[in-house]
Amino acid sequence: MAGPRVRRTRRGTYRLGISRRERDLLRSLPGQLRTALEASDPSTVRLFPPAHPDDAEASDRYRALVGDDLLEGRLGALDTMEATLDAPELDEEQINAWLKTLNDVRLVLGTQLDVSEEPEPLPRDHPDAPRLAVYGYLGWLVSEIVEALSEDLRD
Amino acid sequence: MRSSTAPTELDRPRGREDLHRDRPWLVIVWNDPINLMSYVTYVFQKLFGYPREKAHRLMLQVHNEGRAVVSQGTREKAELDTSRLHAHGLWATMKKDD
Repeated sequence: MAGPRVRRTRRGTYRLGISRRERDLLRSLPGQLRTALEASDPSTVRLFPPAHPDDAEASDRYRALVGDDLLEGRLGALDTMEATLDAPELDEEQINAWLKTLNDVRLVLGTQLDVSEEPEPLPRDHPDAPRLAVYGYLGWLVSEIVEALSEDLRD
Repeated sequence: MRSSTAPTELDRPRGREDLHRDRPWLVIVWNDPINLMSYVTYVFQKLFGYPREKAHRLMLQVHNEGRAVVSQGTREKAELDTSRLHAHGLWATMKKDD
């Protein structure tokens, strides 16, 4: 398909030019992220960095202060993405929820796969190949959404 | 650096602690292999209202030098900015300027 796949409409909404197959791929992601977050899966540690790397006590205080809000924000965003998975157009709040959730899933997948900046493609039969393919696809979709949203920001 | 003269009375009331208190808190973003360069630039623009050029320059500094100071201020402001960066998946830390 030519042109950008995420496009801002004149009404200020965002049209997602993605296929049914892509939506079906995306459908399972918010639920998987919710499960990982609620179980405090080790791969979600990346989503909650220590604010004070040399001071465990201060990091704990920071976490006590904002940890719940960070978690609730993530769960709220993935709820929004789940509820709008088949919507042809998204409003600004919804597309930002998609962006945050897609980026969170990339962070979790990238942590699980221990990726480098330019991951080498894996052979098809490698056990990590499907997840690396999803990771690559999400990177593309995130960059398409960022491009559409960046048009609204000041230069 | 000051030249070597004997300490004067003027220096005394302003002790180490006062100087320490004046220093701002810095919010630092660290390079990571996962977040996209365009995404990081977008987050700096959106969260801090930076023009594209400044956001892009900070992103490149993170990418090339491993980290960049992206905002500074009181401890409360640094805490808020750090948490907003964390909400967007960036690897941010804060520390008192030294």
